[in-house]
Amino acid sequence: MRLRVRFVKLGKVRWTSHRDVARMWERAFRRVRLPVAYTGGFSPRPKVSFGLALPTGCESLAEYLDVELASDLDGPVEALVPRLSAALPTGVDATAVGALEAGAGSLQELVTSCTWTVELPGAGSGDAGRLVREVLDAGALVVTRERKGRPVTDDLRPAVVSLTVAGTTPAGAVLEAELETQPRGVRPGELLAALEPSIELGLVRRTHQWIERDGARWEPLPPQATDAPHAEARAS
Amino acid sequence: MVAVSEPFTLARQRPESRRPSTTLLRKLMTSLWPRIEPLLAQVQKPARYIGCEDGAQVPAHAPGKVAWLLVYPDAYEVGLPNQGLQILYEILNERGDALAERSYAPWVDMERLMRHRGIPLFSVDAHRPASDFDVLGFGISAELVYTNVLNCIDLAGVPVRAAERGPEHPLVVAGGHCAFNPEPLADFVDAFVIGDGEEVVGDMTEVIRGWKASGRTAGSREAVLRELAQVTGVYVPSLYDVEYDGPFLRAVVPRYADVPEVVEKRTIADLADWPYPKRQLVPLTEVVHDRLNVEIFRGCTRGCRFCQAGMITRPVRERPADQVRTMVTDGLRRTGYDEVSLTSLSSADFSGIDGVVAGIINEPANCGQVSLSLPSLRVDAFTVGIATEIQKVRRTGLTFAPEAGTWRLRQVINKLIREEDLYGAVESAYSQGWRRVKLYFMTGLPTETDEDTLGIARLARRCVEIGRRHTRGASVTASVGGFVPKPHTPFQWFGQNGVPELLRKVNLLRNDLRRERAVQLRWHDPKATLAEGIASRGDRRIGAVIEEVWRRGGTFQEWTEHFDLSLWEDAMASRGLSVEWYVTRHRRDDEVLPWDHVRAGLHRDFLWQDWQDALREHGIPDCRWTPCYDCGVCTGYGIEHVVASPTPPAGGSQGTGQDLSRGDAVPVALLPVGGRA
Ligand code: SF4
Repeated sequence: MRLRVRFVKLGKVRWTSHRDVARMWERAFRRVRLPVAYTGGFSPRPKVSFGLALPTGCESLAEYLDVELASDLDGPVEALVPRLSAALPTGVDATAVGALEAGAGSLQELVTSCTWTVELPGAGSGDAGRLVREVLDAGALVVTRERKGRPVTDDLRPAVVSLTVAGTTPAGAVLEAELETQPRGVRPGELLAALEPSIELGLVRRTHQWIERDGARWEPLPPQATDAPHAEARAS
Repeated sequence: MVAVSEPFTLARQRPESRRPSTTLLRKLMTSLWPRIEPLLAQVQKPARYIGCEDGAQVPAHAPGKVAWLLVYPDAYEVGLPNQGLQILYEILNERGDALAERSYAPWVDMERLMRHRGIPLFSVDAHRPASDFDVLGFGISAELVYTNVLNCIDLAGVPVRAAERGPEHPLVVAGGHCAFNPEPLADFVDAFVIGDGEEVVGDMTEVIRGWKASGRTAGSREAVLRELAQVTGVYVPSLYDVEYDGPFLRAVVPRYADVPEVVEKRTIADLADWPYPKRQLVPLTEVVHDRLNVEIFRGCTRGCRFCQAGMITRPVRERPADQVRTMVTDGLRRTGYDEVSLTSLSSADFSGIDGVVAGIINEPANCGQVSLSLPSLRVDAFTVGIATEIQKVRRTGLTFAPEAGTWRLRQVINKLIREEDLYGAVESAYSQGWRRVKLYFMTGLPTETDEDTLGIARLARRCVEIGRRHTRGASVTASVGGFVPKPHTPFQWFGQNGVPELLRKVNLLRNDLRRERAVQLRWHDPKATLAEGIASRGDRRIGAVIEEVWRRGGTFQEWTEHFDLSLWEDAMASRGLSVEWYVTRHRRDDEVLPWDHVRAGLHRDFLWQDWQDALREHGIPDCRWTPCYDCGVCTGYGIEHVVASPTPPAGGSQGTGQDLSRGDAVPVALLPVGGRA
């Protein structure tokens, strides 16, 4: 049996890494005595797979993991949500759990884009609007990065599905961006830095991950009762 | 001339207005988090600074509570697992009149930003500035962190020199094994804790509570320190004058009649009374020893003559096996760890260890596969048997510590492992599926000849041959560390090997093993060994050296990428101090040693006799299971070993199977007690 879990990462814990989060989950599964399946061989590992890595320092309302169980659960899967949250550190909470159908693809393969919000400290809505227009008007946004010791260039512009000014807070304007994850996950910081290398970003938060196929679009798990931000986002 | 960087200072009130103003108070009560968080995107490993561990506490501060900031003066990932600090953290927070938060040395990138923005040292629990605390309590387990201690004091906004502090500054306290020679840090630390901290922090809290209640008036600092000096196990260096006779010490004498001439260590009689940590901290990010740690006994009487930890923590106090089991089961359930380490100086010596291990491995309440680790000094088939029981799956590497390459030299250091014991252990390890054996050695030991040094290569080679009979890929790693003589050990009089001599020995080994693919040789940097030697047996004059190394930017000296011997050598030279005199010189028997006024309970005569026995290549067995040598600890403090079994596990008091149980036949002649000590 495989389960998919949606969880949030908010507050101070956002400064932990993707690998740190993986370890938190392994400990939480043992604390709630979830019968997780292990790999065989020399050094057995729990069969847990995470979706696209969240950059250290970002918050998220939409993290996912798939976990394979060695035996079926006794009760309903939803009952796991509060139990897992209680076993996780402050700031990391499970918000939805669902059983996966046999043969369901991995998160890495399935997810096609993510929605992010980005705070621009000190920026007014005018500055933010200008930035948005510059990105959207750019024919190409080319970045060079190092891969296996060699420089590779990428055009990030095609990965931008949408970019808008979502509003302003006392700290500054907030952008909302939907960015594609195939062939590689483009991060909002990297996109804006391609335009303005010295740009200073405030809080960056992943709000959704999307699966799009044949014109239809859905999230890796439907919103659930325990999942307030997602229920709201869907309703709006 | 050395360019001295401007020490960091916080905005402080003027001397004439000693009482903090209300606006200042309000500022101090605020969490620094909003100012810290913007820095985190710019530093490596930001999770070092967030706290939030499972088990972390955010205690309420109050005028009636003594606030301790417990500081581990090294990087978070090294300091977090420190059990001593975690134990005191819980004990203090359980008290109605105290509270404790934690801090670790900020890494160099973070420190630079903090100094730039005027952010002081802060707690990771509530991100309070150090100035919110009454005590800065350092846990010090290695000499090379001394410059970090100064750096943390300075970052806290406190003058590094104790003499320059006023009533507005917290008290600076230090404990841990290094406190057994407090003199190198005597100028910077207000009070040292010698020995076990469990009880003494309570006694200190009561004294400091009075100081806090009195409003810390002018001159009160001297009074509270004088009062602390009355607490058994507390040493206040500013209350002692040091008299010199040329380069030699003549005496360290108390300045007042009520200050003890000799400070005796504190020892808790029964570990069963202290089942701490009850809520071991579970970090959110990677740290060393990231697992459940349960201390199964404290103290060790194997009598390895190089080992300071063994000498200063006598006698042996075992935790009852039932309590061990409960702490393991509850701890695993609470933390979610799948690995537990049963810690002590030599865990295979615990009475009935095989039963305890089997109990943990087979306990149905422990969820899933639990792996267990057991630091052990024994080198025998018994230990391998336990290891096999423990590691059913991952049999990658097993570690033994013969420490010296020949039986002759092992008798000198009192590590009574015969060659056949080692080969027997290695044979059973490889035959039971282990593929790699790690061997720990020291070089630069007393009486060591080149034959002894090369004995390391010979042993390693022989182990590979044994391994090849079982697995083609058998390999051996031999780690060689330079020996640093430590205070309160029989080797405290020995002149350490200098850098060229250690390098020569390492090169002997490298040449000898050049063609041996299956033996990997690792060695510790002899330069770091030298710097450690300066601090290890230094006296009060070394304080100025530590200060200069720190002022020239020499922090994180434990880290290869930051260690710089030239800083130490320059500082020694600029103070007119001789490295040779402090490090490589043999001490005379009538010499006053800088730590003679601090006592670990061991008679100086016992140590001297043991040193003479070492030179005569005589080993002595473990006093846990054989007659007492009257080293002074049990007799002097009226305490005794707490062990559940009158016989050593698997026979043989050194765990080697040989009969060394006739302690009275061992050549120990005790000199009269109470001579010059
Ligand atoms: S006093 Fe005797 S029994 Fe106690 S530690 Fe010393 S030698 Fe061993």
